[in-house]
Amino acid sequence: MDVFLQTLVAGILIGGIYCLIGIGMSLIMGVMGIINLAHGQLMMVAMYITFVLSAYMHVDPYFSLIVAMPALFLLGCFLQKYLLNPLMKVESILPENQVLMTVGIGMVLAEIARFIFSSDYKCVKTSYGGSAFFISDISFNVPMCIAFIFAIVITVALFWFLAKTDTGRSIRATAQDKEAATLMGVNSTRITIITFGLGSALVASAGSLLIPIFYLFPDIGGPFTLKAFVICILGGLGSTVGAIFGGLTLGIAESLGATYIGMGYKDMVGFVIFVLVLVFLPGGLVGIKRLIKS
Amino acid sequence: MTKKNLALIILGVVLLVFPLVVRSDYYQHLVILAFIWVMIGSSWNLLAGYTGQVSFGHAMFFGVGAYTAGIFATKLGMSAWWGMAFGGIVALLIGLFVGWVCFRLRGPYFALATLAGGEIFRLIATNWESLTEGMVGILIIQTFRSKLPYYYLALLLAFACVYVIHLIMKSKWGYYFVSIREDQDAAESLGINTTLYKSVSLMVSSFFTGMAGAFYMNYMAFIDPEVVFSLHYISIMAILVGIVGGVGTIMGPAVGAFVMVGVQETFRSAFFGLAPKWISQGHAMVFGLLVVFVIMFLANGIVGDWSKIKRHVFRIKPSSI
Repeated sequence: MDVFLQTLVAGILIGGIYCLIGIGMSLIMGVMGIINLAHGQLMMVAMYITFVLSAYMHVDPYFSLIVAMPALFLLGCFLQKYLLNPLMKVESILPENQVLMTVGIGMVLAEIARFIFSSDYKCVKTSYGGSAFFISDISFNVPMCIAFIFAIVITVALFWFLAKTDTGRSIRATAQDKEAATLMGVNSTRITIITFGLGSALVASAGSLLIPIFYLFPDIGGPFTLKAFVICILGGLGSTVGAIFGGLTLGIAESLGATYIGMGYKDMVGFVIFVLVLVFLPGGLVGIKRLIKS
Repeated sequence: MTKKNLALIILGVVLLVFPLVVRSDYYQHLVILAFIWVMIGSSWNLLAGYTGQVSFGHAMFFGVGAYTAGIFATKLGMSAWWGMAFGGIVALLIGLFVGWVCFRLRGPYFALATLAGGEIFRLIATNWESLTEGMVGILIIQTFRSKLPYYYLALLLAFACVYVIHLIMKSKWGYYFVSIREDQDAAESLGINTTLYKSVSLMVSSFFTGMAGAFYMNYMAFIDPEVVFSLHYISIMAILVGIVGGVGTIMGPAVGAFVMVGVQETFRSAFFGLAPKWISQGHAMVFGLLVVFVIMFLANGIVGDWSKIKRHVFRIKPSSI
């Protein structure tokens, strides 16, 4: 029983960070209708920013959130404005041009990181990195708990932003119906730029929060891109609330898989869920809600 | 005889005599690789360029074909050439399953599922060591020491693949495929079973890609999961071959295959040893930059944008074309 509870706790804690990754992806998917396959690589960039700040300037990884999030916001805006939006005007047979572009961007980002930092594994040592506290017999890893709390705070802030501010409402309007939103006076080009920036900033926060727990190398982005879209499918495409459930579910499922099946198959669990969701529940977890309503 | 047919016959003759004139193993090897890419690129193009279903995971079919051939040799004790017969079929069955899962749904599900599929098979091949030898990979002994038999076999396979796709595109199927790409609802309303024909396109595509994989196993005599299930160097390369050459054209992927193998080898060998060594380390970056560049400026590829290239590069005025 203890093993099971311990696995569950670890799953929920990592699930909180997966939520941040998934929500960023979901926002982008909702507003622009494309899958951002550079998502994990953007997180990798944020992780290197955090790494540089803490290794050379001794900034605590959690404080570097203040730098990494705006930096990635700007990077995201830049990518959307100068690389993705111009593609709208390019005439091409394939509709997936923008998706392919994100693949290219991801590759370039990973290679730039390899050029600067080489392929070596890096890690950031913190005083609290290995510490844990116990409630009865279940151990709680301190950096994981801090990351979980940060994840909740950032998610709540995001939902406040989407619900209460003008820009946030415009983002939701564009996601619901782009043409109608444009007719109502929403500058949809500006909204796509802000959304991509916002998605990047969210995944950047996940990167900074992961730094005290994970080691870092240029190719770390790929697996997280894959996790991000598994989360989105699980939650229901383009649904931010769904992404929270998706993130937690994936975290728990991976953790259970690692304990009861084997570490090597940990990454498989996500994909198996992915295929099962596609076959039995194409709408994702949000689809269940709709089923119950109707 | 038209100009186009003449050009094709000359091309055929050049390819047939090439290994007899150029005796260097290295250049023959490059052309054999290009032939393999002609197969993969053309298959990808049938599915993505003509049917509009962009696959991000052709490595899945390629790797399965290669592993089928490899397992024939290591586990069944038969010749790996049997894989040529079965590799395509196993890949086709997997294509059938992927199609059954994704093609009932609208949206980016197919792109995501193929992307995930490639990774799933890579993880299976890495972890199921009793069948696939895991990360150690499969090593067999090449049947021929000379490159010539491989060269002609690859030429035959590449030709067969391009020709079959050409035939399909001239048949009723071809029109169904294009109509699905252009407007799925309209195609459906005209009585085309879109799910069925998307699956047909995927099956043909996966069959040829699996064959290419099985040939790769026989030719290279070594595979491991990181090579044949590679996202960047198989799946993305397949997309690049298609896009650089020209999506939705018969000859596009063939042109793209030669261009991409050339570009890749030029950078990997640091301009054949002429440039400083660090350039070869940056060849993956060049790859990424190429994706960005091609999509921005050459969205319809060399064959598709040929008139545009002529205008800009050769300074021929549009009126004189």
